[in-house]
Amino acid sequence: MLLTSLINGVVIGSLYALIALGPSLVYGLLRVLDIANAAGLTLGAYVGVYVFSASHSVWLALLAGAAAASVFGWLLQRVLYRPILGRGPLVPLIASIGVFIAMEEVFRLVFGPYPHDFAATVGLPTVRVGGTVVTGVQLLIILFGAAVLVGTWFVLGHTSLGLAWRATSQERETAEAMGINTAYVIGAIFIVGYGLAAVSGVLLSINYNSVYPTMGDIPAYKMLAIIVLGGLGNPLGTIAAALLIGLVETFVVAYLGFVLPREAIAFIVLIIVLLVRPQGLFPGEASAA
Amino acid sequence: MSYIVVVAVTVAIYAILVVSLNIVVGYVGQPNLAQSVFFGIGAYFSAVFSTRYHLSFWWTIPIAFVIAGAAGLLLGAISLRLREDFLAVTTIGLNFVVVAVFQYVAFFGGAVGIYAIPLPSIGGHVFTNNDFLIVALLMLLLTVGTSAYLQRTWFGVSLFAIRDDEQAAASIGIPIASYKVLAFVLSAAFAGMAGSLYAPFMSTVTPGSFGFTESVVVLAMLIFGGLGTIRGALIGAVILGTLPEAFRFISNYRLLTFGLILLLMLRFQPEGLLGDGSLIVRGVQRLWHSMRAPRSVMPGKDGISHGAP
Repeated sequence: MLLTSLINGVVIGSLYALIALGPSLVYGLLRVLDIANAAGLTLGAYVGVYVFSASHSVWLALLAGAAAASVFGWLLQRVLYRPILGRGPLVPLIASIGVFIAMEEVFRLVFGPYPHDFAATVGLPTVRVGGTVVTGVQLLIILFGAAVLVGTWFVLGHTSLGLAWRATSQERETAEAMGINTAYVIGAIFIVGYGLAAVSGVLLSINYNSVYPTMGDIPAYKMLAIIVLGGLGNPLGTIAAALLIGLVETFVVAYLGFVLPREAIAFIVLIIVLLVRPQGLFPGEASAA
Repeated sequence: MSYIVVVAVTVAIYAILVVSLNIVVGYVGQPNLAQSVFFGIGAYFSAVFSTRYHLSFWWTIPIAFVIAGAAGLLLGAISLRLREDFLAVTTIGLNFVVVAVFQYVAFFGGAVGIYAIPLPSIGGHVFTNNDFLIVALLMLLLTVGTSAYLQRTWFGVSLFAIRDDEQAAASIGIPIASYKVLAFVLSAAFAGMAGSLYAPFMSTVTPGSFGFTESVVVLAMLIFGGLGTIRGALIGAVILGTLPEAFRFISNYRLLTFGLILLLMLRFQPEGLLGDGSLIVRGVQRLWHSMRAPRSVMPGKDGISHGAP
């Protein structure tokens, strides 16, 4: 029971980390809470399920889903976000909500309101850890989660893109004056963030064997709670908060038999934490500014 | 005919929500994506009191007003501790928490909600749709009147000052905290009042009717019409409220249409249709100036003298 909850919590936390990392990086750069990222998750899942049914390759499905979502994300920042950045933080937030609900309607109209099956095996074996069954896809999710954690730490701390991100998130105009191509950095972050969201969408839908138009709902709003909890503008804090929320939810449901659904738990934790610690659990560079 | 009356009541209820939301978002400049929460609280308490305690409709109105106002007090107090972004996310979260409470707490009827809410009556006469319309318009009048009156008071002007520059406002002695909280209370109380009418009008309340999407729709109406002005709030509610009824094909794509309108508006005309500084308002002002040119009377451009619809 304990081990099962622990593994489930890490699996869910890894999925949350994949979806929340992109918006966390975007917030650091633009101070925009990008809910539309979750539309990238759904887009990735739909592209993934169609590519899978044509090719029967999970890897191709992941790649195609990530590519489609990356293009979508890049277009979004180019056409929508960058022109309205000067109008305060609320305008882009509402715009991203507009994109998100409009895209859900598009998914419903194009792909139909009913769930699609996504019955795929990922080529990893099902393992038993002390009586708990871990499926191949759960293993893959944990591996991706770990890779994202290490990757984020490495890219932000040890590459020129990471340096550019940190400089831009501290002070965009100064970074520009120092010769950093912030437009390039923003574009790159959107491509990476939407790609990761699509990966999480494909893995999520294989894990639950279904793809449907509103599957982005819960991730969309929960990722907001996670980003805020982790300290706005602190990507590593976001990943930590994602794992924390995944574990808390799983344990609360398993042991306390809480009456409220999962999506409410994250926000109740959020509201309580914010009242005690308004800067989030791990305040980052952006929230200190 | 009756169908038009039903649409008119719906639009009037939306208009109350939008005008009251404007007090917090337009006047004080605080993000609030939870207006349907207060609407829902009003509707649910009105439904509970009229079905379980057999209270008359006329008593449920002040009850809904006060309870929703108390919920607004809570959010207002929370808002003092949080910066803009955090507050926006908290208000989004509030939708999910409150809908979950409606859905899982037996007091609120659980997932099926509360049904068979009795029709109100006055002096033995049971309400028809026309009577609902009259009450809805009276409530709207009260909301608009209060909202317009605020613009002429020290309190209202202080709210604008807080929106424009909080530190400057504090330096001239405006009690920022209590005024912000009071704005949240007023905004929530009027939304709750609208809920007390919605419950008997629909005769059922279900958790799904008060979710995040509805909060977004209300905010979309406000931004579409023009943030900060009562005329903008009203025109936004009327146009976006009747659009899906006037064009049946739109009602299938309601959220798509709303999302696209919202995006185009934010991208190209962020002042909204009739907000201060929007294309239409500037055009009318220019026309007004050229007509009045000989007398050279300058109408105020601060929105205060244009505030009333």
